[in-house]
Amino acid sequence: MPPHLSTRRQLLAATAWAAISISSASADTITRRLPWRPAEAYPPEPARPGPWLFFTADEAATVEAIVDRLVPADELGPGGKDAGCAVFIDRQLAGPYGRNDGLYMEGPFPSNALATQGLQSPLTPREQYRQGLAALTRACREAYGGRVFPQLSAEEQDRVLASMEKGELELHEFDSKMLFGAMLANTMEGFFADPIYGGNRDMCGWKLIGFPGVRYDYREMLDRPNQAYTRPPVSLQGRPDWNRNRT
Amino acid sequence: MIRLASKDVVVIGLGWTGSILSYELARSGLSVVAIERGPWRDTASDFNITTAPDELRYAIRHDLFLRPQQETQTARNTPDQVALPIRRWGSYLPGNGVGGAGVHWNGHTWRFMPSDFVLRTHLVERYGEGFLPANSTIQDWGITYDELEPYYDRFEYLAGISGKAGNLKGQIQEGGNPFEGPRSREYPTPPMRMAHSQQLFEKAAKSIGLHPFPLPSANLSQAYTNPYGVRLGPCTYCGFCERFGCANYSKASPQTCVLPALVRMPTFEARTNCEVTKINLTPDGKHATGVTYVDTQGTEWEQPAELVLLCAYALFNVRLLLLSGIGKPYDYQRGVGVVGRNYCYQTNASCTLFFEDQRINPFVGAGSLGMTADDYNGDVFDHGQHGFIGGANMNCNTYNGRPITYRPVPPGTPRWGSAWKRATAENYNRAIALGTQGSSYAYRDCYLDLDPTYKDRLGRPLMRLTFDYKENELKMSRFVVDRLAEIGKVMGAKQIVRNQRSAPWSVVPYQTTHNTGGAVIGSDPATSVVNRYAQCWDVPNVFVTGACLFPQNAGYNPTGTVGALTYWTADAIRDRYLRNSGQPLVRP
Repeated sequence: MPPHLSTRRQLLAATAWAAISISSASADTITRRLPWRPAEAYPPEPARPGPWLFFTADEAATVEAIVDRLVPADELGPGGKDAGCAVFIDRQLAGPYGRNDGLYMEGPFPSNALATQGLQSPLTPREQYRQGLAALTRACREAYGGRVFPQLSAEEQDRVLASMEKGELELHEFDSKMLFGAMLANTMEGFFADPIYGGNRDMCGWKLIGFPGVRYDYREMLDRPNQAYTRPPVSLQGRPDWNRNRT
Repeated sequence: MIRLASKDVVVIGLGWTGSILSYELARSGLSVVAIERGPWRDTASDFNITTAPDELRYAIRHDLFLRPQQETQTARNTPDQVALPIRRWGSYLPGNGVGGAGVHWNGHTWRFMPSDFVLRTHLVERYGEGFLPANSTIQDWGITYDELEPYYDRFEYLAGISGKAGNLKGQIQEGGNPFEGPRSREYPTPPMRMAHSQQLFEKAAKSIGLHPFPLPSANLSQAYTNPYGVRLGPCTYCGFCERFGCANYSKASPQTCVLPALVRMPTFEARTNCEVTKINLTPDGKHATGVTYVDTQGTEWEQPAELVLLCAYALFNVRLLLLSGIGKPYDYQRGVGVVGRNYCYQTNASCTLFFEDQRINPFVGAGSLGMTADDYNGDVFDHGQHGFIGGANMNCNTYNGRPITYRPVPPGTPRWGSAWKRATAENYNRAIALGTQGSSYAYRDCYLDLDPTYKDRLGRPLMRLTFDYKENELKMSRFVVDRLAEIGKVMGAKQIVRNQRSAPWSVVPYQTTHNTGGAVIGSDPATSVVNRYAQCWDVPNVFVTGACLFPQNAGYNPTGTVGALTYWTADAIRDRYLRNSGQPLVRP
């Protein structure tokens, strides 16, 4: 964590256990007044433009090709790549999500877990992507005469993804359904999460469906049942035209 | 271990019940220390309007919830399976930090029906003993609705609940719920204004003879100052309620209702980021001497106290009882013991309605924006011909139009690609979700105990949860969902999709954070952990709060009843227990 973000509350917002290992934060005693300090708030860290933080160039090319098939560009709007879904996934994997921070990751990890028992893999999302993408590249090379996923035609790419979705694609020592599930969930997160995290560029995901974002007050709509909401969407960082006006 | 100076009262967990009891007892002049394992949280800094409406951070990455790394449960469906840890929250979402789950709840604030409190007696009288499901362990509460009524009232006035009474002192009121128990007075604030979906639902339900009414809401319809002198603002229908803190001070929570008044009490003190690991007992195990807790540096502290109040989340209260050796652990094989017995959940299901010509605007929502009908809840209707017991409320609630999680498409739509994109764009503004919140009754083989394998970071066993939906509950749920679909048809949906509840229970998809039982209230020490005042039978200076007290769960969300029981206990401690400290209030 960068030093400028190490405020009292952020250290303490970690679990007691995590805090033991990262800092000398100590427990707080609150008495007589609310522990309020002016201008204290905890904004998320915006995804910054720039080079890939987690993916290699080859991995990034594969992920960009995949997100663009999961959310294709068409007359309804941009596809996953232009929406920034690959950047979103890269930044998420580089952060705490990629390490499974906060999850219960103590063993044993039996291989015969029931589907109703949920996540039982010891792999972190970073490991899933690294190993899974390598296995996918190898499988594509073998099946498509040396070509890798980004070099396949759109139809071929869709066939590969569909067989991963069903768990039919044989990957060397990797569950293709698990990889597909992670990529589909993360792509949708990237397409519809606040743009501050690197995806949903220009709020294209929100515009697709008509979600106005973080306006936080819709009382006016109670007077207009069954009518469309016409104000443009707003994100945690405002709207592009606000920022243009500012510069 | 460092031993601290003794306090009159130590409170474990500073959520709804811990903050109310702290306030009520500190006001009586007792010294109170509340020990909370998460951080302090307040509106201005932690649910700031510039950061609060963030679906990824809060709803998906679970920023406000307890980290499973700190404590989780193992889960299985039947006693012959091997339970495995819930590594990432799914089916339910325990809160963390000051305010507990009262920070991120939706705000449905119900009273249970009078018959719910005498459930076994009522059902046996009406249908006969043989009508109860096999292996069920349904029982009465040992406390009645009439006794709790003044305490429901106090909690509703603390929280400023927005609603319309349906039964005032026995007189049925137009526009309210005609099936509810009698109330001594109207709700403190009028119902929320309804959106388009609720208007469609209300009209349709009425036209087929049902009795729709506004969902009692902790998202306030107008500004309100509560009896503690704390002021709440009106809800703005922002659509970021469940899983989020409220930046508007409009959702009743410990932050908006209790804490500003509580911290001013000179005899009150809170310690945050400190986790209680054990309630300490005298060598004979009959009296608590205080608690042991560990701070963020791993230092152990002993906090002696005259009175110990267990105010953590239901599941964590039960685990602390088990880890502390208070009460006899439930033994499923022999059907004896009490701690962990009668674990219940909730049986929820839904219908998705797709329209051609309606503009729904699902983002115009609030946690408790809804119309509800109780015509098939509890024992309002005759179950004789149906072959099941229990029921569910039927509702049209608009609380989540947030697009990572809410993207309704008709069945058969692909999960990705062009067809997915088109269907997602077409249906987002044209779908309505209707829901049922159903009862979950107790069975001999649904229970909580300590896991033999998995441990927390301090080396203590995790709690093991053994649960599945039973045929009685599934039958009830299918019946009510069919009634719900009839409303949807009258509403004019072109397509109605029934999302039926089915077994086995899975830890993965979110279902409800209404885990109940395990430390139940009752009049018989052989089938309850605490007496009717929520005082431990075995250790009289320990009181327990929360939904772990419920012998079985009704067709409603639990918080209203949790709040009522908390005030009931506060009065019992102040007016009865303290006159003769250390003594049981009920002789078995």
